[in-house]
Amino acid sequence: MPSSTEELQSHLRKDYEHGFTTDVESDTLPPGLDEDVIRHISRMKHEPDFLLEWRLEAYRHWLTQREPNWAKLNIAPIDYQAISYYSAPKTQADGPKSLDEVDPKLLETYEKLGIPLEERAALAGVAVDAVFDSVSVATTFKDKLAKEGIIFCPFSEAVQEHPELIKRYLGSVVPTTDNYFASLNSAVFTDGSFVYIPKGVRCPMELSTYFRINAANTGQFERTLIIAEAGSYVSYLEGCTAPQRDENQLHAAVVELVAMEDAEIKYSTVQNWYPGDENGVGGIYNFVTKRGDCRGDNSKISWTQVETGSAITWKYPSCLLRGDNSIGEFHSIAVTNHHQQADTGTKMVHLGKNTRSTIVSKGISAGQAQNIYRGLVHMGKNASSARNHTRCDSLLMGDRCGAHTYPYMEVKNPSARVEHEATTSRIGEDQLFYCQQRGISEEDAVSMIVNGFCKEVFRELPMEFAVEAQNLLALSLEGSVG
Amino acid sequence: MLEINNLHVRVGDKTILNGINLTVKAGEVHAIMGPNGSGKSTLSHVLAGRAGYEVIEGSARYQGKNLLELSPETRAHAGVFLGFQYPVEIPGVNNMYFLKAAINARRVANGLTELDAFDFIQMAKEKAKLVGLDESLLQRAVNEGFSGGEKKRNEIFQMAVLEPQLAILDETDSGLDIDALKIVAEGVNALRDPDRAVILVTHYQRLLDYIVPDYVHVLSEGRIVRSGGRELALTLEEKGYSWLKEAAAT
Repeated sequence: MPSSTEELQSHLRKDYEHGFTTDVESDTLPPGLDEDVIRHISRMKHEPDFLLEWRLEAYRHWLTQREPNWAKLNIAPIDYQAISYYSAPKTQADGPKSLDEVDPKLLETYEKLGIPLEERAALAGVAVDAVFDSVSVATTFKDKLAKEGIIFCPFSEAVQEHPELIKRYLGSVVPTTDNYFASLNSAVFTDGSFVYIPKGVRCPMELSTYFRINAANTGQFERTLIIAEAGSYVSYLEGCTAPQRDENQLHAAVVELVAMEDAEIKYSTVQNWYPGDENGVGGIYNFVTKRGDCRGDNSKISWTQVETGSAITWKYPSCLLRGDNSIGEFHSIAVTNHHQQADTGTKMVHLGKNTRSTIVSKGISAGQAQNIYRGLVHMGKNASSARNHTRCDSLLMGDRCGAHTYPYMEVKNPSARVEHEATTSRIGEDQLFYCQQRGISEEDAVSMIVNGFCKEVFRELPMEFAVEAQNLLALSLEGSVG
Repeated sequence: MLEINNLHVRVGDKTILNGINLTVKAGEVHAIMGPNGSGKSTLSHVLAGRAGYEVIEGSARYQGKNLLELSPETRAHAGVFLGFQYPVEIPGVNNMYFLKAAINARRVANGLTELDAFDFIQMAKEKAKLVGLDESLLQRAVNEGFSGGEKKRNEIFQMAVLEPQLAILDETDSGLDIDALKIVAEGVNALRDPDRAVILVTHYQRLLDYIVPDYVHVLSEGRIVRSGGRELALTLEEKGYSWLKEAAAT
């Protein structure tokens, strides 16, 4: 593929250009936020009163808060009154009717990412009716899950069908008062996903493919709630390696996980929102609150994330280790290129006895990007014999980017053990030359070196996704060296 | 196979090579000796295509092609191999994986089919035995945590796997104790072949006790100031490089 670096960069840019549609549909609220807007959202979604009250409470709290400014991020002021907080779910009638109508360059990107053929149409926005496969696939999944008593549906559907579960668990991990963006999300979220795994059930599939096809247009304020009852297991995959576009710049999602006794939740994310152009213009602001509550003894929650998109990422998937012997894990790859900024990491809050946590963070920085790891390990006074191991590695490409590590440790129990390792390295001209001298092209060498650097995290991803994620990394970094 | 003509090379403002002339034929082993700073490593790097060197005059032809205009990987595909003085570590990248990528990149470039994992492993194990490389190193990350001797042996192992036509070994003997030196030398000797040329770049004569060269060239201030048979290396050993400077001055 000669001169593919520049070509590809321009392909990727073009994909996004094509993606930014601004047609205003009739059911869109005018910009602005007040209690009436929230009532309107709640009414449009036929929500029960408790949920409206809950939203209003969040909104009132939000009004008293200020945006957090402790992150090492340079953020242009956000005008919250300039955002429209409700637009009716889009129909796909105006979309392309078949793959033949889709920009071939977008398809080429899918090809490079190794996205299965049958999913490409759905990702490219082809009207779902025309994608016979995905519909039948989704239906098959639903049947299979229902047999096990698993609930997996859009959040708004869960509000209608299972209000008792929503009432009981919503906000129980991330309260409406948690932080500025979580309060905002609680007030105005429009949809998201809901998962309930009954006692003792091992979810028979990765909750991924279904989601990838159907989760489009869940909006900028997404709400996810996953409940794993005692002894259950679920692996959930959010996001997509395919380039994702959205006309909304501000994204503030909240994800809550609850793991009861002996339950395990594995939550994997691949985030590839539009990062802005190479001059730092545009791009998504991604302010996410993700938290898992290991409520029962011997429960386990692990977060795995591959973050390559967004202009600004502010995200700390965390674990509350309340149950004795519970386990929290955080495996992260964060890639920043051009002018992207990422302030990301985790919080491991050890409350129960003999709790254990592992943090593996791999930050890759190229161009003029800034990549920050920020992590808290808290050992509460009852967390006897708790252990944490943290490993933070940074890889720099070129000499204009930055990597920073801010580990915070609070240890209130003398028997707890906290270990922290950190390294910073650079993809050297000598490494590249070494590979090239052996006959490996520069592009392949970069991807080989980066994948080697990230190996421990890729191992944590569901198999079929690990390959796509590796390709994504290579694509995100092409042309960054030399 | 290789024909270097009046080669002048500059790094920044500094001219390092001042008119190198050298002809290497298939099957020959040439030793290039010289004091520190004489331009030995520059010559190796320029032939392999490392960035940062500017050719200001002269030419280098390899198998009839203008070597200097080829990319480093194209040179590798055409059979040029550089054994590094300081082999580079690549954390997390398995040695076998790396080498399989290398050999298959070359095979594809030359219109051959890729080796499958099974054939590759068979072949790699044989070559490891040939150069005395501990098999456990094959599954480790490329050079990561290797001792100095292991790194150099890994270079020779890679050379054995890649079967180059022209092997340039840059100070392969540096940092090796005498046992490691012998093993590396045995590896190189095992790979001597009528179709293969070797350029040994070395500071010390002792490597030449184990790899007997056909020709010895002495490099000083970016020029080959003397060429001869292996006895030239012995004279150098005895009299030192200063002898040459004096000889050159008269």
